[in-house]
Amino acid sequence: MLERMGNPPPRIAETSSGILNSVGLQNPGIDYFIEHNLPWLKEQNTVVIANIAGGTHDEYYEIARRLDATDVDMIELNISCPNVHEGGIAFGTSCMGVENITKLVRRATSKPLIVKLSPNVSDIGEIAAAAEASGADAISLINTITGMKIDIKTRRPLLKNNTGGLSGPAVLPVAVRMVWQAAARVSIPVIGMGGVATWQDAVEMLLAGACAVQVGTANFTDAYAPLSIIGGLDNYLNENGFKSVREIVKKVEIWQ
Amino acid sequence: MPYYQDDYKIEENDTSNSSCFDIQVYCPEIANAAKAGQFVHIQCEGKILRRPISICEIDKKAGTIRLVFDIRGDGTRWLSKQEEGAFLNILGPLGNGFNLNETAKKALFVGGGMGVPPLLEAAKAFKGKADAILGFKCIDNSMLIDDFNDVCSKVIVMSDDGSLGEKGFVTSLLCDRITKNKYDVVYSCGPTAMLKSVSEITLENNIACFVSMEERMACGVGACLVCACKVKENDKEAYKHVCKDGPVFNAKEIVW
Ligand SMILES: Cc1cc2nc3c(=O)[nH]c(=O)nc-3n(C[C@H](O)[C@H](O)[C@H](O)COP(=O)(O)OP(=O)(O)OC[C@H]3O[C@@H](n4cnc5c(N)ncnc54)[C@H](O)[C@@H]3O)c2cc1C
Ligand SMILES: Cc1cc2nc3c(=O)[nH]c(=O)nc-3n(C[C@H](O)[C@H](O)[C@H](O)COP(=O)(O)O)c2cc1C
Ligand code: FES
Repeated sequence: MLERMGNPPPRIAETSSGILNSVGLQNPGIDYFIEHNLPWLKEQNTVVIANIAGGTHDEYYEIARRLDATDVDMIELNISCPNVHEGGIAFGTSCMGVENITKLVRRATSKPLIVKLSPNVSDIGEIAAAAEASGADAISLINTITGMKIDIKTRRPLLKNNTGGLSGPAVLPVAVRMVWQAAARVSIPVIGMGGVATWQDAVEMLLAGACAVQVGTANFTDAYAPLSIIGGLDNYLNENGFKSVREIVKKVEIWQ
Repeated sequence: MPYYQDDYKIEENDTSNSSCFDIQVYCPEIANAAKAGQFVHIQCEGKILRRPISICEIDKKAGTIRLVFDIRGDGTRWLSKQEEGAFLNILGPLGNGFNLNETAKKALFVGGGMGVPPLLEAAKAFKGKADAILGFKCIDNSMLIDDFNDVCSKVIVMSDDGSLGEKGFVTSLLCDRITKNKYDVVYSCGPTAMLKSVSEITLENNIACFVSMEERMACGVGACLVCACKVKENDKEAYKHVCKDGPVFNAKEIVW
């Protein structure tokens, strides 16, 4: 809600097929965002989703309430950031935590509410079901997996925050599995992300049960990655006689 | 500020200097848009993150930029093996570059090690009027001395071990130079410890100072917020970002 400085650098480390980040939700606060960033975003002719995080329940409520009065299109409730000491993931790792925060924010806004889930849990299906039962209009997953990298020369963690969130191709199989498990438990839309870098990865996500796919880390390697993914996806659909991505959502044929 | 991402050809690979790799890349759009002090972000095979390398020289007529680098790990090792005719996927030009509105003034360039190449294009802008102090570990690590002699009035070369030029750190001579010569502005790039001393010395002597900083990066365009650099803003500490607000900062701003 208020400005967050974020964590000290280094905030990024490369790992085998992945990256660890520890940005720590640096942002200028909700009022600054609404006044200075949102107008520009709205001019970009696209759907604007505000990803929100607070340090306390009250802050989450208040951020959502203020955004409700703006022309933000949707709100994504971030209860899965591994890089902040208060809030973030603390609300997202138990069913009770997810229920409480989702119900509260639901009361603060009538905008479409996406709840972003953490992979750092033991039963993602239960968490997904809790979000749906508490009023989420959609769920998105996965946020990053908590990880660590140590510099063996200095014997210190590479990240100043010691730990960070793992993303990129390394997490794709975990993400696909969790999307599949979550999609099996809910009837609201599932947005799949985590390691998607190619159109083939996106097809996997859709087959597992995602009805939309987000691309994060791949943009760092290739700024055109999302465009290549869309192009490849179109070809795949054409070649296989599908008219829309909808026709492949959740169509993985599970071995019995 | 426009930037481009494409595959660009290595036009020339100068292997005459044993202390660094020295390539010319044909990238007319980037060369045309580039300013002294900016950098490019280079995809290295098998790596998720691009590697930031400063633009050492810009030839807008020929459509080329010169990149000078050294091997520090897997990414730069791969880069060093790319030969003439090979293509590099480059994103750029990125960053703010040096503010060169002051070319009428008396300038001193202070470079240490791999911090020397990023200063060359800026030194050229002073049309032979600027001075330079270039510091290297030893004679085997020296580079670009002839290039600086061609474009500067006086160039002092130093080495930590005395194997080349004067023995000692660049900062040991800096005090002396700036009291004897009335410099209006100092531009510096090199190891952080050196930049910190340069900034302290110039501050004490009331001389404007601009430093080019390094931090680990992902997007390179100001979106992901990983490349944090701590600054003082209105008496408050905050993180700015090296890729977008920098790499060149007013030395006064930096919290070392
Ligand atoms: C704005 C800017 C300009 C630069 N200009 C030059 C230049 O002109 N010539 C040159 O030789 N080097 C330059 N560097 C440093 C260069 O980016 C690193 O040496 C390089 O990224 C190392 O990659 P690697 O895979 O070889 O090393 P590794 O240590 O294996 O890299 C691991 C990760 O750490 C990052 N990293 C490691 N060292 C640095 C560093 N010093 N700065 C930023 N990221 C780092 C890498 O990009 C990579 O993401 C510049 C850095 C910045 C930020
Ligand atoms: C640098 C960086 C910053 C991120 N910041 C946020 C954030 O502010 N809020 C959030 O919900 N997720 C954040 N994430 C997580 C991503 O949105 C995404 O869930 C995760 O990286 C997995 O997808 P990917 O592999 O495609 O990147 C961030 C990820 C990275 C790499
Ligand atoms: S590298 Fe992404 S903000 Fe600087």
